[in-house]
Amino acid sequence: MNQKEAANSTFPGLLLQHGKTRPQHPAFREKDLGIWQTWNWQQVNAEVRALACGLAAQGFKRGMNLAIIGDNRPRLYWAMAAAQCLGGIPVPLYQDAPAADMAYVLENAEIVFAVVEDQEQVDKLLEIKQQYAGIQHIAFDDDRGMRHYHQPELTSYAALQELGRAFDMTHPDFFMREVELGQPDDTAVMLYTSGTTGKPKGVCQSHRSFMTAAMGGMEFDELTADEDILSYLPMAWVGDHLFSFAQAMAAGFTVNCPESSETVLTDLREVGPTYYFAPPRVFENMLTTVMIRMEDAGSIKRKLFAHFMELARRVGSDILDGKAVSGMDRLQYALGNLLIYGPLKNVLGLSRVRVAYTAGAAIGPDLFRFYRSIGVNLKQLYGSTETCAYVCLQPDGKIKFDSVGEAAPGVEVKLAPNGEVLVRSDAMLTGYYKRPDATAEVMDEQGYFHTGDAGIFDQDGHLKIIDRAADVGKMNQGHIFAPNYIENKLKFFPFIKEAVAFGHERDTVCAFINIDMEAVGNWSERRGVAYSGYTDLAAKAETYQLILSCIEKVNADLASEDLMAGTQIHRFLVLHKELDPDDDELTRTRKVRRKFIAEKYAVLIEALYSDKRSQFIETLVKFEDGRQGKVSADLHISDVKTFSAQKLAA
Amino acid sequence: MADNRKIGEVILDLQNISLAFGGVKALTNISFNVREHEIRAIIGPNGAGKSSMLNVINGVYRPQQGDITYRGQHRKDMNTYAAAKSGIARTFQNIALFKGMSVLDNIMTGRNLKMKSNFLMQALYWGPAQKEEIAHREKVEEIIDFLEIQHIRKIPVGRLSYGLQKRVELGRALAAEPEILLLDEPMAGMNVEEKQDMSRFILDVNDQLGTTIVLIEHDMGVVMDISDRVVVLDYGKKIGDGTPAEVLANQEVINAYLGVAH
Repeated sequence: MNQKEAANSTFPGLLLQHGKTRPQHPAFREKDLGIWQTWNWQQVNAEVRALACGLAAQGFKRGMNLAIIGDNRPRLYWAMAAAQCLGGIPVPLYQDAPAADMAYVLENAEIVFAVVEDQEQVDKLLEIKQQYAGIQHIAFDDDRGMRHYHQPELTSYAALQELGRAFDMTHPDFFMREVELGQPDDTAVMLYTSGTTGKPKGVCQSHRSFMTAAMGGMEFDELTADEDILSYLPMAWVGDHLFSFAQAMAAGFTVNCPESSETVLTDLREVGPTYYFAPPRVFENMLTTVMIRMEDAGSIKRKLFAHFMELARRVGSDILDGKAVSGMDRLQYALGNLLIYGPLKNVLGLSRVRVAYTAGAAIGPDLFRFYRSIGVNLKQLYGSTETCAYVCLQPDGKIKFDSVGEAAPGVEVKLAPNGEVLVRSDAMLTGYYKRPDATAEVMDEQGYFHTGDAGIFDQDGHLKIIDRAADVGKMNQGHIFAPNYIENKLKFFPFIKEAVAFGHERDTVCAFINIDMEAVGNWSERRGVAYSGYTDLAAKAETYQLILSCIEKVNADLASEDLMAGTQIHRFLVLHKELDPDDDELTRTRKVRRKFIAEKYAVLIEALYSDKRSQFIETLVKFEDGRQGKVSADLHISDVKTFSAQKLAA
Repeated sequence: MADNRKIGEVILDLQNISLAFGGVKALTNISFNVREHEIRAIIGPNGAGKSSMLNVINGVYRPQQGDITYRGQHRKDMNTYAAAKSGIARTFQNIALFKGMSVLDNIMTGRNLKMKSNFLMQALYWGPAQKEEIAHREKVEEIIDFLEIQHIRKIPVGRLSYGLQKRVELGRALAAEPEILLLDEPMAGMNVEEKQDMSRFILDVNDQLGTTIVLIEHDMGVVMDISDRVVVLDYGKKIGDGTPAEVLANQEVINAYLGVAH
């Protein structure tokens, strides 16, 4: 099927087609009781059909929304397909969100039916039902701990399918008729935005838009039905929907679901995906683990590693990009591949990776180069929930760490006068659910979507994202202040987990720093610095010294850029607690909620812009089980050396 | 599914048990019983004789006096092998796992009594032994799933945290598919979160597998929350027996724990 035909198809249409053209091809795998179980496309067809009929038997109608909550499980992906077969709209939710956050989305989407993973999610839904009585049917996959639940709303997934098979017997034409009624312009899925600004909004995407994105990406990277991917990112995230659902359906490749969220790294190694997608922090965690273990290795291994990594840094990326490299280096690299890179990739589970993407946040240049240098074809892409995560892609051989690549096939990208990135393509939202006002704000008359991101094109026509357009501010002396740009530079240091920079309408830039517990903890242990916990570690003088040296490097870096030299950091403090989505400081996708933080920690900001050396603060924190507690600390404030732009240039 | 959690008849009855090591009287004339499917706690201050009591039940110690009736069978004492064979499994106060072996292998050892093939066949992994091993492995995987320890399946036990080791030990005891599970301080040395997890697992074992549980525990909050009945020992004597509420109201128990003016 080519792109044009696909654009006129629906996802259920593709599902049926795979059932016919490649019935025996593995479609889903899941590790259960230690063994990888496989379902081929024919079996998946039968499973989806049974579930769809079961939902229909319970009264699920065309146009209704189906909530889907849980970790990545084949049965939950099938629930998406089942809803689409009936002309319904799957609405995946973030599985780790507390009940209160879920309630808003469930109510907003007028959810009557839900398919969930386990007892934990059932408990949340039953709790939510106290306020929002609309939930009528909850199907659960895992019956562990469910024996004493007798609520009329509950049905097990298996029982629902049983019901569906009986329904299918008595209504044999029903399923196919429903599938055929589906149109490419029907809404295929509704994904809620993370709500960086305000309440989450439901982004309605049609079959046509996700099909365009999926087919476009597939042709761009020449994906086939033989790819293997590991699906471990939240199902509610647009990235997972594109890779694990839309592209899997489009190409017919195999989706592998990990045994549990804790076993992802082991499962990655066992599956050995050929196509891999992860946000930068996953790549970062992997690299951190490697580095920590390397430090504990014997001296010969360490030297060998250092030698070949140096070589890889020099020529690895060029070899990957097919650029000219001397024969001697090539030979050495081949040896390194045998001794270091190959085994390393194998341990990480990246041996078979043909194409790997990262998106969702800026990736550090060192991190990016590391993976490319050992021969992992890691690339960046740019997109958002509203654009099916399909706007810019980096083509093979034209990779830069600080850009997100060229406009993807079929996508027009241009910049508004204020620097905002505007996008027009078929892979775009039909609107925000029940929010025509919000839709009108982001879509202009020419059909361009306003991304809200500020960007620039470099000399090769690659798009470079600087910051959220709304976050870009001005300093009192007139410099552009792009907080994200500065924060990303800070976060590239493994010791800094989060950073929040302030500077809009101020004379100087100041910052909050969140340390990375693991990296800083390890660093401290090596130096014999004892600490009792996060708050204590964050307040240590040694920690401040460490962070100070990182920030000085960032300042030196900023000083070398014309536009950014004025935004060097003058003062900072290390926060006593981790910024946490449960405390509303981060979104579920771990982006900082700038305004919220500025209000919550107003006294700290005030202290940063005064001459104070320290400031007392007490904060409420929410624990995972919903209880609340207080954390207090006396935070030290530190000054940083800044550099003059001219001196460095000279 | 049938409700496994219906407290039934007395399954284990101990009458007038006395145990002494030379001149030291560890247990004096203690009688109590355990009903099928219940969670029975044994509590008491240090040196009260709690662990001795468990050791009598699974045959490590032979009491000098007393009668044990287990599932209608009358016996003077138990021996460890017979106890295990007849469905009594236990965990230890100080973890007693094979530190160098993986979690999987440790739990697999709990299946030992269930294996029929002989040592040679197992060593050669031949014929029926192979089939048997696969069947047992499946059972072990169910336990791993039950205790949510998939992520440490292949890690040597010695490298795990204390809380996880305790969980593995519970797994090994469960692998024997016991009717009575004896837990000796399953929550000692754990933090609050680990204790919550362990409590949940104990309740799940009792509820879903229908296993009768006898446990020793120092954390009173946990004991009062999860047990059906509690027996209280002090200096080798029984000073209280009943539901948690009854025991809490017992003056002798209060004295034993809080001390009393002499």
